[in-house]
Amino acid sequence: MSAAVLVRVETGDIDVAAELARLEALGGGGVASFTGIVRGGDGLTALELEHHPGITLSMMTQIAEQAAARWPLLGVTAIHRHGRLLPGDRIVLVAAASPHRAAALEATAFLIDWLKTRAPFWKKEFFADGTSRWVEARAADDDAAARWSTKP
Amino acid sequence: MQIDILYFARFREAIGRSAETVSLPEGVVTIADLIDWLAARGGGYAEALADRPTVRAAIGDSFADPETPIAGAREIALFPPVTGG
Repeated sequence: MSAAVLVRVETGDIDVAAELARLEALGGGGVASFTGIVRGGDGLTALELEHHPGITLSMMTQIAEQAAARWPLLGVTAIHRHGRLLPGDRIVLVAAASPHRAAALEATAFLIDWLKTRAPFWKKEFFADGTSRWVEARAADDDAAARWSTKP
Repeated sequence: MQIDILYFARFREAIGRSAETVSLPEGVVTIADLIDWLAARGGGYAEALADRPTVRAAIGDSFADPETPIAGAREIALFPPVTGG
């Protein structure tokens, strides 16, 4: 099965409905997706996402192609935003279309777990009191990604 | 050997620049050697690169472990663990 891989990095909003409709039109039995949203609270006013423009697309493409190699997928989509985002804004969309729900759901979980630990993006948080800080990587994210490791 | 080094996120801010071209002395063979050599400059370099296990690197468009040789590389990026998604 050869999957249609769509990978984008952009500053504008993600049209989730249009992206899912494109996957639905591939003729599979199911489409699964995950949308990441900027979490508010603790006085967070904005998030700035920096990335490594030279390699972001190729890393995301590698991750999408690994999902396509591992599950029987008709389509894989991974879209990540960069720049300044506000609470409630979409950050990332990953989605997979497959003849079977298990493949679509598992591939979607794999995509977001691997994007979180392998795609070269960094978040900086800005707060109402004027302070800012870089988000620290979480060991729990590494653990989530490790469960998909093919190595023993 | 001349090589372009890119810095991202916290490293970029501590070092005060996003990129520079450096001439590597002999003896700088691996990514780990490069990090040691840069950290020895002190100041923001030492601060950014102090916690070695958290320094990530990419040669071209591939992530590279500390022991990876850098011969032939034209561009190396140094950055903290990623936090996207």
